[in-house]
Formats: sequence, structure tokens, C-alpha cells
Amino acid sequence: MSKIEQSKIRNFCIVAHIDHGKSTLADRIIEQTGLLTSREMQAQVLDNMDLERERGITIKSQAVRTVYKAKDGGEYIFNLIDTPGHVDFNYEVSRSLAACDGAILVVDAAQGIEAQTLANVYLALDHNLDVFPVINKIDLPSADPQRVKDEIEDIIGIEAQDAPLISAKNGIGIEEVLEAIVNKIPAPDGNEDAPLQALIFDSLYDSYKGVIVFCRVMEGTVKKGTTIQMMATKAKADVVEVGTFGAGQFIPCEELSAGMVGYITASIKNVKDTAVGDTVTDFNRPCKEPLPGYKKVRSMVYCGVYPADGAKYPDLRDALEKLQLNDAALNYEPETSIALGFGFRCGFLGLLHLEIIQERLEREYNLDLVTTAPGVVYKVHKTDGEIIELTNPSNLPDPSEIEFMEEPIVTAEIMVTTEYIGSIMELCQERRGRYLGMDYMEETRALLKYELPLNEIIYDFFDALKSRSRGYASFDYDLKGYEQSELVKLDILVNREEVDALSFIVHKDTAYERGRKMCEKLKDEIPRHLFEIPIQAAVGGKIIARETVKAMRKDVLAKCYGGDITRKKKLLEKQKEGKKRMRQVGNVEIPQQAFMSVLKLDDKK
Amino acid sequence: MNRKSLGIYIHIPFCVRKCLYCDFVSGPSTPEIQINYVNQLKKEICRTSNGNIVDTVFIGGGTPSVLDVNLLEEVLCKLKETFCLVPECECSIEINPGTVDYDKLIKYRKMGINRLSIGLQSCNDNELKALGRIHDCKTFEETYFLAREAGFDNINVDLMSSVPEQTPESFSRSLRKVAELNPEHISVYSLIVEEGTPFYDMELKLPSEEEERLIYHKTGRILREYGYEQYEISNYAKKGRECRHNIRYWQCEEYLGFGVAAASYRNGVRWKNTVDLKRYLGAELEEPMENSFYEEMEYLTEKDQYAEFMFMGLRMNSGISKETFRKRFGISMEEIYGDVLEKHIQNGLLERAEQSIRLTERGRDISNFVMADFILLE
Repeated sequence: MSKIEQSKIRNFCIVAHIDHGKSTLADRIIEQTGLLTSREMQAQVLDNMDLERERGITIKSQAVRTVYKAKDGGEYIFNLIDTPGHVDFNYEVSRSLAACDGAILVVDAAQGIEAQTLANVYLALDHNLDVFPVINKIDLPSADPQRVKDEIEDIIGIEAQDAPLISAKNGIGIEEVLEAIVNKIPAPDGNEDAPLQALIFDSLYDSYKGVIVFCRVMEGTVKKGTTIQMMATKAKADVVEVGTFGAGQFIPCEELSAGMVGYITASIKNVKDTAVGDTVTDFNRPCKEPLPGYKKVRSMVYCGVYPADGAKYPDLRDALEKLQLNDAALNYEPETSIALGFGFRCGFLGLLHLEIIQERLEREYNLDLVTTAPGVVYKVHKTDGEIIELTNPSNLPDPSEIEFMEEPIVTAEIMVTTEYIGSIMELCQERRGRYLGMDYMEETRALLKYELPLNEIIYDFFDALKSRSRGYASFDYDLKGYEQSELVKLDILVNREEVDALSFIVHKDTAYERGRKMCEKLKDEIPRHLFEIPIQAAVGGKIIARETVKAMRKDVLAKCYGGDITRKKKLLEKQKEGKKRMRQVGNVEIPQQAFMSVLKLDDKK
Repeated sequence: MNRKSLGIYIHIPFCVRKCLYCDFVSGPSTPEIQINYVNQLKKEICRTSNGNIVDTVFIGGGTPSVLDVNLLEEVLCKLKETFCLVPECECSIEINPGTVDYDKLIKYRKMGINRLSIGLQSCNDNELKALGRIHDCKTFEETYFLAREAGFDNINVDLMSSVPEQTPESFSRSLRKVAELNPEHISVYSLIVEEGTPFYDMELKLPSEEEERLIYHKTGRILREYGYEQYEISNYAKKGRECRHNIRYWQCEEYLGFGVAAASYRNGVRWKNTVDLKRYLGAELEEPMENSFYEEMEYLTEKDQYAEFMFMGLRMNSGISKETFRKRFGISMEEIYGDVLEKHIQNGLLERAEQSIRLTERGRDISNFVMADFILLE
């Protein structure tokens, strides 16, 4: 492989609001740079996990290298680095951006700028990326490219009048985008003879190669045999292979030098050693300092994850172990619940991350799970001066030992068309939001700014936002910090026994409402027993709500003759299977479904 | 011959009109279909037997009394040719009020039928209408007296509880009216609304669960006044008049079923014929290898057999004899079910009576809850 001139490399990413066509544009770029024939193209080449395809979002950032023969006659290497679109993965986005020199901003010609567009663009600009806009979906009847161009200039303040007008879906204007990449995105710099300094923007565990580190070489050169070291984790290894990214495959090469994007394998066993944002250097000739911006990933949302069948506990442990190999943001530790038995308290970046992990455990590892209500990390200041980071409500110390508690607060930006401002403000008030201000983007749209407690938005805030704005509101948030708050632990008692897996932390003003709803929901979920079962919600020993499951009166099949026996037996088998999947609390059997149903408390009936 | 005796069930899938709650394989017929069906029945009877002893026969439906009486005779003749029907054989037929006359009843007697089961369901004409029955209460009484006149001395009357429009009071009136006629046997089923029946999609005014149980408990008390004893969840009889054919099912004894949708149980295998009349009529029953008219075939494992013996046996008030269990399976009931028995005796749903185990009154209300525990999952 001949040496690649830095001036012929373009490292870039695409930023967009969800559904504005980022993945489709990426597909077109890959397709039209001739790397793949149309036949080889799957609908979305970059997203290679099934799950991503189904949800239409990109979970993990990935990269692809293509070759483009430009109008100036030169052959350019494009390294397209895909970034996750969801706010849960903000940090990963920022690291992917740091690996780029420029960004394409895709804006929907009909919908214009959304909250997430802004968040991502500002993030790109913060990383000193050159951003050029592209107006997508211009073939939609509702497209208004001129309005969107003006909006981009007004709101973001970048030149937009000559933005390519394209339809990624129908392949319109792609050539123009490719030329713009060559002309508007700067070539990388960096000295290939300097000490190695490479940024990790992703990593992947492969059972044959070990961890595959995705990186952007800033300075120096890395090749087979180099002893590398991760500067933050201190992990050390000998390089086995370096290479670049084909579409969906790895293409080995001689070396990676300054300006290049590629991968390194070095028989590393765990992605924990190759944290996103860390700097790879040459152990024998280290660079002076690591690249800026490395953060240890922190879990924001916690919940208990239990196997539906207690005997599957070792399987769950193995599955989590394997998932963690690939997902440094996932963490877990064993815990025991009186109601649910042995399981794990797992930490996630956010609710979406939680849902994805849960689905992967169920789908890829064939596990049936019971999860408890997700919660955030509270800070408990004890009277003796100790500060506890509380991730499991059951571990809350006795109220007499608590001086005060703090909860995480986020600053949220909500973009909404003016007709829905009222209902969105109402929603934010209900969720204990603190109004910070409002900017009009244009006559019909405004950007609302609120401070909201994280625990009020992790359940269903996004759904509520969408339903109250008929899908028009968009939302983005950033962790602001911790604030003191009047929090209480809400306990659920079934037949007068506390069910630990159903306890959660809630603000004292919303405790009654939540308690009532939970009791109602559980009443429908817990089957009748031989005796009457009271279901109660309690705060600090005081009952605040109650429902009753009446005693079983009748469970009979009146008729049963020769032809009915098989059917009758199946019915009884089902009943017995059902009993097997119940969780015994005291002398009450609670179906697993009941633990899950309380997660969806705010569904409007 | 010391071979085990068999029971025989013959399904007649014909009726005047389908009732709104009916989940059985049944429908109106033509003379031609009746002839074809009976021809198939005869062939099916022929191919199955080698002279077994038969001591119970049950002709069910549908409404078997809508079958041409001469055709029915052909079937019974074939049965007698093929099997060894013992002289004291119980031979029942289901009839509906208004579908028989004196002549037909006399012919039934002559061909050996000695027990009638009359589908009355209710004495309240409004309830009968709501169920979609073809008869009223008066027609029933006429049929009943006609049957006595023809010499039938073993008659069952079917009643239904929990039907639309019913109250505990209207049910009691029906029940007393029937008991006063003094049939030998009364069955009382509570309505189950099955998927696929017209009732399933209708807005029905049904008694509540509480009322249903009230009715159930009342049934036993009222019938006791008239000299009936409950011997199964839904069945009551004068002493010695229990239905022997049905007891065979509840004791997991062997039986053969002929006709569409009929089930058989023999040598640890249970199988069921197709529920599709066309397929049954099209089967080449002369061919010994023909098996296209079977629908399900289940080879019962040891565990299946234990479980079925328990949950079927518990339906009967006499319960299950420990001795019978041990003789049948060569292992004691306690060894298999010790924990379950103990648990439900503790919570008052089962009780010991001499050498047997049976449901308590409370246990009968929620029998499925108890029975499910006798299922042995893999």
C-alpha cells in the first residue's frame, strides 16, 4: 500500500437530529464513492446491529473508509465516523467528534432545526470542527429549503446559502456533497515522526482478535509490533495488527500515521482497558501528555436486573460480562432482593441505554428478565458526615441517620412549536421543573429552557413530551449537578410485607400520587389468592394508599369428559407454569409482570 | 376373557340448529349426509375392534335424536356385531325436547338404549330463548312424560347455571321444577363462554362470580332435599344411578370414541378424530393404514398418567382411593404427591376420608387451583 498524503485525507462526521436522514446520507456517500456495488448495499450499511436497524438509531459509533475520485482529478480518502444520535451517548459523540476535522450538518428541509440538531452542532463547533450544512429531503412536498437555510444562518450562525440541496433517500445532490467534503473540510495535520498520540473513539470486542480499538492518530505512527499504552487506564500491549475500515469489514495495512483513522488490535481482553477518550501512545517513546477531554464514563441510571428463572443467574452473569466487554458504559454488581432473589444492580448512561441492554440480554442471550424501576444516583448526607451514593432504594439508611439528600438536576432545552408551549410548560411544572427562560427561534418556534430533576425525566418524559406536542417537540439535556431535595422512600407492602424490589425514591410531593397509581396497577397484576390481600403504599411507615385483591371465589371447569381431557390438562399446565414464574413474597405469589408494570405508571389510560 | 372392559362413545354431529353457546362439533344435516356419516361410523367401528367387552355406551352430540332412527339402529347393530356388549350394559343417548316421539322412543328401547339424557338447560322460557334453544319448558315436560310412558326408567336432565338473564331465584325455580319430576340423574353445568361461539362476541348479562357460587352451593342443598347426592363437580344422582360411562372418564379407564371429534383412550394413548366433518366423511376407512382422520395423538408419560388420574379423580366426591393409585401405578400416592397433598390439606382444600383423598367444599369452588398442583412439569 502506497503512502497516503495527509492532504488527500478527509476525516468527518455527520450530525443531525434523529430521523433527519443521517444514516441514509452515510449510505449514499459509501455507495457513490464506489466502495460497494448497489447489490452489496444493505439498506443501512453503517448500522450493523439488528437492534439498531429496528430502532432506526445508531447505538455505537463506527467508522468507514471510502475512496473518492474528485473532480480535480485527485483520489481522496474519506473517513466517515458515525456518531450516536441520542443524548444518552453524549460523551461518545464528543469523542467521535474529536476524531474528526469537520462535520456535515444534515437538516430536514421540512422540519428545520431541532433541539438535538443544536446540541450536536454546538458540540461540533466546540471541537473546532468546520461544519457545512446540507438540506435533506428537498423532494418532500412540505420542504421549504430557503426557510431552513435562513434558520441555520440565524440560529447557528454558519453560512448556509450555498448548502447542497439533496434527497439522500432518492440520491439527489450527493455528488455536490462529495465535492463539498473535499473542498470545505480541512485535511488533517500532525507529524508522523512525532511520538505516538492517538485518540480512542470506540472499541469493539471480538472473540478472535480481542479488543479492536478504533482510533484517530493525531501524531506519530503505529504499526505491528509497537508496544502501546493507554495513558488513562495504563493498560499495555503489543500491536498485532493495524488497519482501516471497509464497510462492515476490517482491512489490515502496514501502519497508521498522523491524520489517519483506523483500528489497532493487540490481544487486549477487555474494553474497560480501552476507554473511549483515552490516548494511545508508544510505551517506549511516549508523548508528553494525553489528548484533552477524557472522562471516566459515569452511570446515570440504575436498576435491578434479575433472571426470571432464578436458576439462570449464572447465565445472566455471563451475559453481562460479555456485554461489558463491548460496552464500557455498562456496569453491574451483584445484589440480592428478598422478592426477586439473586440479580445485579446495573448502571446505564440513560434510559435508552438501559432498554438496549435489556433487549440485547433477552434477544442475544435468550434470557427472561425482571427489572426493577430505574432510579438515579442520589447523594445521601448522613448525620455522621458520611456521604453515600445511593443506587438502590433498599439501601437508604434510616431517616434518623440522614441529614439531607441531594438529587441530580439537568438543564433541558426543549424546542417546540408555539401552539404547544402551554402544554409543555405544564408538563415541566408537573415534573418539578424550574423555568429558566425561552427564546423564540422564529415566529412559530421557541426554545424552552428548564432545570429538571433527572429522576423526573428518566421514566417517560420523552413520551409525554411527544404526546403533548403531537410529536413536534424535541428535547436535549445536560447534567447540571446535584441539589438538595426533599426525597422520601416509597415502600410497597403486599399482604403487609414490604416488597423490596418495588421500593423507590420519590419527591415527597409526588409520593401520594405515585403510591396510589402503583397500588392500582398492582391490584390488576396480582392474581386472587385463597385469602384477601391488601396492597399498600407507605412512606416512613405511614400508609398513604391502599387497594385490595379479593380472595379467590371460583376456579372451576364445570364439564370434563373424554374429549376435554387434553385441553383441560393444557389449561392446568399453563396455570402451573404461571405459578412457577411467580415470586413468593411472604405467602403471596407475585407475577413477574407486576414488577415490570409499575415502570409504565404514567401511561395515560 | 379377562380383558379390561371398554366404554364406547359415538358422536352424532347433527342438530336442528346450533345454540348460541355451543362449542361442540355439530350442525344441521341432510338425509344424504346422515347416510354417509353412518356408513363411515360403521366402517370405523369395524376396523377398531377384536371382540372386546363393552359395558357402557354413550351416544352424544350434537343432538343424536335428530339422526334418523333406522340409521341409528344400523350403528348399534354394527356395534353389537363387533363388540361384546354385556347384558347389563349402560347405553345412553342424548336427546333434546321436541325431537322424539313415542315411536322413536320405543325403537330406542328395542335397540338396547336404556338411559336418556335430556338437554333441558332451564325451565325459564326467557333463559331458553337467550341461550338460543329450540324448545320451551312445556315441550320438555311432554318429552319427559313420553319417555316415562315408553318405559325409560333411567333419565338424566341437563341444566345450566350462570346463563344470561338468570338470577339465583330463577335458577332455584328451574331446579325444583325438575327435581319434582324425579328423574334419576341431574347434571348442572355453569355456562362457559367459549371463543368461537356467538356468545363470545355478545354483550351478555351474566351473574357475577359471587352469584354463580351462591347458585352452585344452593344446587347441592336443594337436590339433597329431593334425595339426590352430588357425586361429581357438576353431577347429582339418586343412589345407584350415577352415570357409569362418565365415571369411566373420571377414573381414567379405557374408552373408544367413534365419529367426528370423538376421543379414545387405550393403552396409554389418547387420540382424537378430526373435527372436520368433510375430512371424516372423506377418510378411506376400509384402508387399515388410513390415519388422515386423526387429529391429535398423545402418548401419555408416566407423569401424565399420574396427573390425569389425580385431577380427573378429584372431580368425584368420593375422591381418589390410595389403594387404587398404588395398584395402578405400583407406587404410593404419597411418594409422588406427598407435599401437594399436605399443602392442600393444610389450607383446607383437600381432605382425607378413610383411605381416600377428596376435595373439600371450598376445594370444589377452586378446584383448578388445586388440580394444577398435580401437574408434574418437566
